[in-house]
Formats: sequence, C-alpha cells, structure tokens
Amino acid sequence: MAGKIRVVIAKAGLDGHDRGAKIIARALRDAGMEVIYTGLHQTPEQIVETTIQEDADAVGISILSGAHMTLVPKVVELLRERGAEDVLVVVGGTIPADDIVALKEQGVADVFTPGAPTSAIVEFLQSRVPA
Amino acid sequence: MATTERPSVEQLHSTMSGVEVDPLYTPESAAVDYARDLGAPGEFPFTRGVYGSMYRGRLWTMRQFAGFGTAAETNERFRYLLDHGQTGLSTAFDMPTLMGYDSDHARSLGEVGREGVAIDSLDDMETLFAGIPLGEVSTSMTINSPAAILLAYYACVGEEQGVPRAALRGTIQTDILKEYIAQKEYIFPPEPSMRLVTDMVEFCAQEMPLWHPISISGYHIREAGSTAAQELAFTLADGFTYVEWAIERGLDVDDFAPRLSFFFNAHLDFFEEIAKYRAARRIWANVMRDKYGAKNERSLLMRFHSQTAGVSLTAQQPEINIVRTAVEALAAVLGGTQSLHTNSFDEALALPTESAVRIALRTQQVIAHETGVVNTADPLGGSYFVEALTDELERQAYEYFDQIERIGGVVAAIKENFFQREIAEASFRYQSEVERGERVVVGVNRFQLEDEPELEILKIDPALETQQIERVQALRGRRDSAAVEQALARLKEDAAHENRNLMGPIMDASRAYVTMGEMCDAFRDVWGVWRETPVF
Repeated sequence: MAGKIRVVIAKAGLDGHDRGAKIIARALRDAGMEVIYTGLHQTPEQIVETTIQEDADAVGISILSGAHMTLVPKVVELLRERGAEDVLVVVGGTIPADDIVALKEQGVADVFTPGAPTSAIVEFLQSRVPA
Repeated sequence: MATTERPSVEQLHSTMSGVEVDPLYTPESAAVDYARDLGAPGEFPFTRGVYGSMYRGRLWTMRQFAGFGTAAETNERFRYLLDHGQTGLSTAFDMPTLMGYDSDHARSLGEVGREGVAIDSLDDMETLFAGIPLGEVSTSMTINSPAAILLAYYACVGEEQGVPRAALRGTIQTDILKEYIAQKEYIFPPEPSMRLVTDMVEFCAQEMPLWHPISISGYHIREAGSTAAQELAFTLADGFTYVEWAIERGLDVDDFAPRLSFFFNAHLDFFEEIAKYRAARRIWANVMRDKYGAKNERSLLMRFHSQTAGVSLTAQQPEINIVRTAVEALAAVLGGTQSLHTNSFDEALALPTESAVRIALRTQQVIAHETGVVNTADPLGGSYFVEALTDELERQAYEYFDQIERIGGVVAAIKENFFQREIAEASFRYQSEVERGERVVVGVNRFQLEDEPELEILKIDPALETQQIERVQALRGRRDSAAVEQALARLKEDAAHENRNLMGPIMDASRAYVTMGEMCDAFRDVWGVWRETPVF
C-alpha cells in the first residue's frame, strides 16, 4: 500500500476562527489522509517546524486575520531555507483576488476561499501529491 | 433563467440546526399556558419581550460595529455613522489588541489595524473618541481577555472630558467563557480570567451603574458552527456561571444582574431564530428567579444585542448577501432584539467599504420605518409553529444544562473540550449536508454564476502598521517611566492576591500611560497563559 498523504493543517496568526480549519482537517482525514492539526496562533516558524518534523507532503494554512500577505510568504521562504520547497503550500481563508495572484507568484500552490467545497481541496491534494 | 428545475437531491425539511419540522402545526402542537409560558410583553417570563410597548415605545438601537487601522481613522468612521443616524457606537479592535499584544510586538506583525482598530494605550483611546461627547453616546466595545484595561481607558477618557464614570453608558463584551468555547481569543487560564471578570462586575456594580460589564455572547458560538440550541444553551450556561462567581464574591444578585446583557446571532433559519430569542428570555427569567433568588424584575429581563450571521455571507455573488442580511435582521426584530448590527454584503471578502456599511444600516431603517413590523409586540406569539419551536429549543437547552452540570460546570466542561467537540461535530454535519446538496446555498452549490464580476473592496494601507508602531514607541519615550514601573509592580502584586480588586490599579496604570501589552504581560507573569488541546 502506498503511503498515505500527510498534511499539516495550521492556524496562522492571532485570530481564533477555526471552524474552517477543523472542517478541512476532518474532511481530509475522512478521505484517508494523515492529518496533523497544529491548533491556534501558530507563527510561521512553528508551522514550518511542525511540517518538517511531521515529514508532511503538504501544509494547509488557514488564516482569516488579514495578515496572510505577511505570514504566508514567510512560511514559503522558511520551507525553502530548510530545503523543504517540495512541500505543497495551500492557503484557505478570506483572501482578496489580488492577493491570491500575489501568493501564487510567491510559491503557494492554491488558495481556497469561503464557499470552496471540501471535495475540491481533497481532489487538489490527491492530484498534486505524488502517490 | 431556469428557475423551475427539480432538485436532484432531496432537500431536508429540518431547521438548519436539525430540528425536524412538521408539514403543519395545529393547536395541539404546543400546549401553551399563557400566564405561565408567555405572559404579556414586559411581564414574567418575558417570552414575548422585555418591554410592554416594545418598538412602539422605542426602536432598537442601530449599532454598526466599526474599527480599522489607527484610532484616528476609526474616529472618522464613528463620526460618519453618527452623522448618518446611527444611535450608538460599537468598537472593533484589531487582533493584537484582542490578544493583549502591543502593536510593536513580534506576534503583531501583519495584524495591526487589519480587523479592527489598534489600541495600545490611553493615548490611542483619547484619539479614538476625540470630539465624541461620552456623556451623550452609548458605546459598545468588543473585547474580552483585556476588557478590564479597555474599560479603564474609556473611563479615563471620560474623566478627561469631565464626564464622571457613573454617567458613562455602554457595554463591554468581557465574555471570556465563550472565548475558550468558540472564538479562542484567550490569554490567561480560565480561573484568573474569571477572577478579572468578577473584579469588573464588582467595580461596575459599585461605580459604573449605567455600564453593562458583560455581554454574554452566543454570537461567536454560532459562528464557530454550533446549532441554534447549542448557541442558546451554552450562552445561558455561561451567563449562570458569571452569576455564580459574582454571588460567590459576596455580591447580591440584584446588585449586578440587571446590568448583564446578551448578544445573539441572527442566522438564516427564520422561525428557529425567533424561537431561540423567545426561549432565551423565558429560561433566563425562570432560572434567575427560582435558582438564584433574584427579586428585582430587572434581574430577570434578558436584554440582548444581535448581529446577522457573518458565516452566512458568501464570497460568490456577494450582492445577494444583502437579502440574507435583511431576512436575518427581520428575525432579530421579530424576536425582540434591543440593538442590532447588520453585516455588510462584502464581508466575506474583506472589511466593508463605507457604501456597503450604509446599505447595511439602511436595511435596518427599512425594517424599522417601512415594513410595519414595529407596530405590535411579538407579532408571531401564539403561532402554533413558533410556540412549538420555542418549547423544543427550551427543552434542548435544559438537556444541555444537565449534561454540563454532570461534567462539573462550564469551566470543567471547557477543560474537557466538551463544547469544542459538540460544536465541531455540528459544524461538520452542516457542511456535509451542504456538500451533498441537501442544504442549498444560493450561488454556492446551486444557481452559480460562471463569471463572477470583481467587487471593489476596502484595502487597509500597510503603512498604518508602521505608523502605529512608531506611535506606541514614541509614547514609551515620553511618559514618566518611574510611574510606569511603579504601576506595573502594583499590578503584579495585586494580581497575586485574589482578594484584591484589580480595577483600581488598572485605572492608575492607565493614567500613567502603561500600554495594554505591558499590563497583559504583568498578568501573564503572575497567572501564566492558556493553551487548548486542539480537537477536530
């Protein structure tokens, strides 16, 4: 049996809106993935540390505080510094269209905004993480 | 446009919280004893409303929540809203302020002024309320862990304007229990947090008789994905817990209970929401009288603010959010709300623009002045369906009270993750129903648009963060640092002694321009911080 996809779901920033992160974590687990949920208030350093420690294939960053343009590029940069640029970085939250373009340019694989079905996120990870 | 299509999936006929709904309700559906279960509006158990004349006597307060960027910018938005007929102010703070960090703290990076206004010290508070006579407005402040500090700042601005604190009117949220349960903006562990809340309740009972020291909030519990019954039950259980702590402190229930107020969500399931508000009033009145021995009628009245459901707004075809918000607002009004915030249609995308906020406020004005729903109190009272649903929500709430009691009370249940698990379960169930198409979300899982036109949204200038950081650092440079040290030492000393009320030392520290982050750090040193075990 091929290894399960390992995903870290992280709540970045100071906001405590964890409804989305928890729903995604559970949907990914139900889809057969190994899910590590970090809990709240994670710094970019903590997120990268967990991602590397857990040998994750992907990291999903949930952020609704408006600090995505500060925190997400920092995660991408730290992953690169630590030789983990192959980890797929996915973002979920209230992200304006212009910022989505900018985040993708900086190495984010995709951004999911309110209303995105969990099935789309499951399929995206399944298609992008090599089996 | 094809509108007659048959749904490919069977739609559910339960409420959005899962309460089964019958095709028809009859006199047999609800065995109502008018005097015992309803009473006239303004009479026990207040099911039909807290005032006899309801909106004929006085409309609800239209209170739009606002705050972003620096204190100066939010001050401008406040004046704009007051000029457009708003009757009360409501302050949103940014995440660092809510979490007890100054703007120049490393954890604040990228968050300053993003989701609300940044307040670091009394200096910012003076700017926020510049030119607004505090003796004439009522102000609501949405802050919890550092609530005592913000209340002290507000009282100090009042002093400077020559308004005695006994004359200040408003509400500060302070509801720390729902932070552990749902919104997760906590700093300290539950026990010292509850002690600080009780200090405020005591201080307000003695010195600020017109102030509401806690707004016991179901809003965030619902936004975190709970059902209507969970919102009702957990909020009331939290309310009873504050009452118990204050009684334990030695206060008479009638000395503080009249100033407790509530804050509920106004969600999309129209009748369920109306039933929720009616059940809430009835439960509160009965329990306050029978369990806590309240005698003053005002201790039995549940007055509440409501806000339309942020979580019901969609990023897709955002204009239809105006319709959702109007329906939700109407439910709050028919449920007898005392004040109301209507969300702006662009809030699934960003903070609202000025024109979006104006439409939201106009929505309330249309309900108030054009629809005629204000002419009679509790117009749905006696509806077979609404009464049956009110009874059902009440029954579910009492079931939860029993469960919480068996665990050992609200604080014990928080530590066991009871609420967090119940909410996660409910929110996942609802999301699954949406994804299976059993619940329709217009524009999201049906009636989608191929090409969504782009919407003009509010952008927060990133330069504001730098300005605010410079502002707080300049303040640290010019204040009397000996006075600051002294105030902080006293705070720590008193924090370590549970029998000392912290409000006095917090007021003194505020006048010495001690920052909010510095005060919170002093408490962190003494009390430690809270971390939850994440469950999903």
